[in-house]
Amino acid sequence: MTVTDHSQATADTAHSHGLGTPTPDASRADRPTSWDVDTFTVPSGREENWRFSPLKDIKPMLQAEDTDGHLEWDIPTLPEGVTISDIDTAAAQERSVRAPGDRASAVAAAHSGGARVLSIAPNTVLDEPLQITVTGTGQDVRGHLLVEAGASSEATIILERKGTATYSEFVSVDLAQNAGLNLVLLQLWDNDSVHAGEVVARLGRDSRLRGSVVTLGGKSVRLNTSAAFAGEGARVDLFGLYFADSGQHQEHQLFVDHAVPRCTSRVTYKGALAGKTARTVWIGDVLIRKEAEETDTYELNRNLVLTDGARADSVPNLEIETGEIAGAGHASATGRFDDEQMFYLRSRGISEDQARKLVVRGFFADLVQEIGVASVEESLMKAIDAELDHVNEELAEEDA
Amino acid sequence: MSTLEIKNLHASVETPEGTKQILKGVNLTINSGETHAIMGPNGSGKSTLAYAIAGHPKYDITEGSVFLDGEDVLEMSVDERAKAGLFLAMQYPVEVPGVSVSNFLRTAKTAIDGEAPKLRTWVKDVKVSMEQLRMDSSFAERNVNEGFSGGEKKRHEILQMELLSPKIAVLDETDSGLDVDALRIVSEGVNRVKENTGLGVMLITHYTRILRYIKPDFVHVFVNGQVAEEGGPELAERLEAEGYDRYLVEA
Repeated sequence: MTVTDHSQATADTAHSHGLGTPTPDASRADRPTSWDVDTFTVPSGREENWRFSPLKDIKPMLQAEDTDGHLEWDIPTLPEGVTISDIDTAAAQERSVRAPGDRASAVAAAHSGGARVLSIAPNTVLDEPLQITVTGTGQDVRGHLLVEAGASSEATIILERKGTATYSEFVSVDLAQNAGLNLVLLQLWDNDSVHAGEVVARLGRDSRLRGSVVTLGGKSVRLNTSAAFAGEGARVDLFGLYFADSGQHQEHQLFVDHAVPRCTSRVTYKGALAGKTARTVWIGDVLIRKEAEETDTYELNRNLVLTDGARADSVPNLEIETGEIAGAGHASATGRFDDEQMFYLRSRGISEDQARKLVVRGFFADLVQEIGVASVEESLMKAIDAELDHVNEELAEEDA
Repeated sequence: MSTLEIKNLHASVETPEGTKQILKGVNLTINSGETHAIMGPNGSGKSTLAYAIAGHPKYDITEGSVFLDGEDVLEMSVDERAKAGLFLAMQYPVEVPGVSVSNFLRTAKTAIDGEAPKLRTWVKDVKVSMEQLRMDSSFAERNVNEGFSGGEKKRHEILQMELLSPKIAVLDETDSGLDVDALRIVSEGVNRVKENTGLGVMLITHYTRILRYIKPDFVHVFVNGQVAEEGGPELAERLEAEGYDRYLVEA
């Protein structure tokens, strides 16, 4: 296991710091946000936020034009206090927590023909998770989604995305005072899908957001998640789990903006990679502004490389503008499941396939438990096993 | 009654300087209940012999044969060898992050037996074995070898050997780096397994000290990839007094 913590970088792991290492943006705070697509030029691939991205796949999503495609929504009977409605573009812009931060999401918001709003009324407490499934049917789709958690509400929302689509989206998540929201985004696309999304969350005073992202499917998935604190005493926990096989690019960018005092953030992302062309990218930016005294933040990214050729990039950035903080740290580690570990397990009678399963299940187990939804946890372990079966088949073919 | 029969074994390894022949015709037969001490200077090829028997991919077998109860070991994959009843206690056990000892042991036991062990007896077996090896019960929840001290790693190897009940075990410098207390605990473990299961042991060591605790039936002096001299326990005493210089001069 190669561990990079604050100071080191490994061959496969880019690792830079907001402090000391200059990036094209002087500060993460300086990146523009806008509803106007033209604010963002078409990326060339040299920009800090696009330099790892598969622009070839994402290109269609950067064209400022409407598409007539849509995803099929499977919405269960909604419990009391929860509504889903459609609003026009002007209203969607008005109600979103902020404007898009890159060209793909600006295009998505401008050309989605309005937005769908999932609203949880103040003081609503959902006892059961609410699961919504959207399915792609092979179309180009642009989406704008709003999730609004009313004051003192408590809910778990699972949004599962599957099927085939070229899908770009802008998702606004608004937590009013003292709201508690567990939002799970499952990317279980078929393997020819391309997905570029930006999720922006605003946390009101004393609110709590658990945001989990699971990316297993898709040819290319690029998900940018931002969380900004708008009131004191709030807490965000962002969890991510990804598993890339050959031919898959999975990219997760995160930005936690500590703009007010006494807020807590934890970011924990773990990824496994298998297959010669498997590729993952994790960029975790944390900004502690001058006003954000007593901030407590920690972000962690771990990658497990199971085979030769796979590449994991991990770039944590921490910008601190005040000395009055409770704690701030980050860690990034990319480890290999190597031949010696394999030999050790096999010398105890454990087959190659089982050995890989043992190691990967162990790697993800604690993270899966953090998602906090029993049904998701169970199906996730099964999905991870299915990924591994696929990997084992691929490796068997390579050997043959 | 099991027999491990090694005949004229040759093994080489690829190095940056080219192919290096390490084993140069090893002949050795180990039966159930017997303890064979393999003693030799550093670099003589003792560990290579252990890894070659276990099937480490780094070593190419260029000549010779290894049979366990008539079955061709060299035809078996690494895990098949373990299932056939071979066990290698490693000199440097490998860390496996994310995999707890208890999960590892259960998975290995299930693989070797072809079925999951009965929960109640299994939990008890693990507990008893850990107690006898003076391993705290918290070990079960730690990740395999992660952050273990040298002595803890070796005790963990013997724990596996006891629970997996092999026919023949190769102990590769299990005594190296252990203090006397740990050496005694580990040796007791080996003797207990021998007594309970009739295990045959190939005890690879650089030092004679462990032979005070594990009594060998045969001693083989290993020099330059071959057995240079064989004898009974008295040979170990002579080695203790004289060291390996005599053989090195001849080589």
